[in-house]
Amino acid sequence: MATDLYTHPDYFNMDDLLTDEHKLIRDTARAWVKKEVSPIIDEHYENATFPMHILSGLGEIGAFGPYIPTKYGGPELDQISYGLIMQELERCDSGLRSTASVQSSLVMYPIWKYGSEEQKMKYLPKLATGEMIGCFGLTEPDHGSNPAGMITNFKDMGDHYLLNGAKMWISNAPFADIAVVWAKNEEGRIHGLVVERGMEGFSTPEMHGKLSLRASATGELIFENVKVPKENLLPGRSGLGAPLSCLDSARFGIAWGALGAAMDCYDQALRYSKERTQFNVPIGSFQLIQKKLAEMITEITKAQLLTFRLGQLRNEGKATSAQISMAKRNNVEIALNIAREARQIHGGMGITSEYSMMRHMANLESVVTYEGTHDIHLLITGMDVTGIPAFTREMPDLNK
Amino acid sequence: MKILVCISKSPDTTSKIAFTEGNTKFDENGVQYIVNPYDEWYALVRGLELKEALGGTVTTITVGTAADDATIRKALAIGADNAVRVDAEATDAYQVASEIAAYAKDKGFDLVLTGKETINYNGSQVAGMIAEELELPFVSLATKLNVEGTTAKLDKEIVGGVETVEAQLPLVVSCAKGMAEQRIPNMRGIMAARTKPLEVVTPVGGEAMTSFVSFDLPPAKSAVKLIDPENMDELVELLHNEAKVL
Repeated sequence: MATDLYTHPDYFNMDDLLTDEHKLIRDTARAWVKKEVSPIIDEHYENATFPMHILSGLGEIGAFGPYIPTKYGGPELDQISYGLIMQELERCDSGLRSTASVQSSLVMYPIWKYGSEEQKMKYLPKLATGEMIGCFGLTEPDHGSNPAGMITNFKDMGDHYLLNGAKMWISNAPFADIAVVWAKNEEGRIHGLVVERGMEGFSTPEMHGKLSLRASATGELIFENVKVPKENLLPGRSGLGAPLSCLDSARFGIAWGALGAAMDCYDQALRYSKERTQFNVPIGSFQLIQKKLAEMITEITKAQLLTFRLGQLRNEGKATSAQISMAKRNNVEIALNIAREARQIHGGMGITSEYSMMRHMANLESVVTYEGTHDIHLLITGMDVTGIPAFTREMPDLNK
Repeated sequence: MKILVCISKSPDTTSKIAFTEGNTKFDENGVQYIVNPYDEWYALVRGLELKEALGGTVTTITVGTAADDATIRKALAIGADNAVRVDAEATDAYQVASEIAAYAKDKGFDLVLTGKETINYNGSQVAGMIAEELELPFVSLATKLNVEGTTAKLDKEIVGGVETVEAQLPLVVSCAKGMAEQRIPNMRGIMAARTKPLEVVTPVGGEAMTSFVSFDLPPAKSAVKLIDPENMDELVELLHNEAKVL
């Protein structure tokens, strides 16, 4: 990739709503990304490898569990800081943000919220520095949008639990030290268990052939009669609401992150349209290019306002799952559209790794699907406004 | 070792530059400030490296208003121990230097470090004026600084080579590229910066000796002329007669 010249668009002076510390945290994350990740991201994307050496750096800039209290090794920042860090990471690459999102919202968050004091002290400080990496097992091969149908289960064997089943599409799985796994007990109630690498019967094969999120490692989690110590069960909460609350936190980060990808595409497209000349004038002087740019910045500005307000609500503990759904859905959609339009502005250059929009575009195809698909989030909004869930229906009898 | 690092703000390099009040004042509307890179990357980081190697403290000093606190906190996040802000709008090099010298006079600093210049005004004057006010030796544009006992050894880049000089502490140094490498603050530093002392001191009333008459923007970039590589004569002709650089 060419020199990373990114500056964020701020059409409505959103920076005035941030504190000095917010800006310092954001600028620090940006400076780190420009120095450590931008120069190598394309190579890792092309080779489908995760840059393992940046994990400790992610810990240092506070990307792992930004809101985790200091007593557990976190920086105890607010939700807007968390969002800003995710925005800076995804501005570079969705895979980079995914790694941090999973560690923060899907591993540290459940341990912090639902873990015992011993579990918190054992795992959180090491997760915060990146010394230990975690993953989250909810999705199964046959249960994506319908996690309640999961078949992964555990039996109480007296002095331990016996865990069986398989999880799929798990970010960080190939190199994770621990997995927060959601499984049903004998009564069919969903519980969280911390499974550690090295436990007999636990394996994490990497999934290959992804044409999206190539700089992030994805794998399966396979449990074949894994003996899980009883103290590894998260005691604080059970039922589907427990993993869904983690997804609320992760989707909040994605809303900020996807907006970062959109801002990166716009920033490059604006610069390119002023530099590239055709017919002896910069292409930015053509109305059709201006239309694209004007629409992009309008959508970005609307999303910035939505996302910042969501951050305020989340800080106050008032953000609903449905509000988070709307922000995730909206921001990923506008990011995808903006990536495509920015790619067009770049003409043929836009398909090369010299520019990031094609990589963003491919990455966002995962982001629009994971953590609740685009359509499922629409149904969440639909249910929220009508009060009527439309997720399932009876199989029609085709013989009638 | 007690080290004082002078920290100034400068507009982010992507800022749109405009002027107000009949082109006599920089238009701050919409401008984001950063720590002047020469102060941050070279003076502050070298100060921190010396402190880490030899022990001591790093204090930063800024002449400015509360609006400068964000840049000061960044210097603290990078690792300075404490900060001082002389509560006055910075107006010219002499005023800034006299305020810093007045503060530093009886504090026993071994080293006073500044960036070689700010990237907005490019005056390169403050360090020399501080040295004069404090009656201390001054080395400008240093690219290397080591301290042994009370002796400092410094490199300066000169045309076609390097000049090595020695000076006794206490000493004032203006730092240029090569002195150190940029340090990105980490989260621990940002958190620690919240509680590090930022002392606001009353100015002694140092007065500016210069004032701005007007600012002018450089002429807009004109279109690039492309010349066929086969046609060197035309290039030479244009360089002579149109660009008038030969």
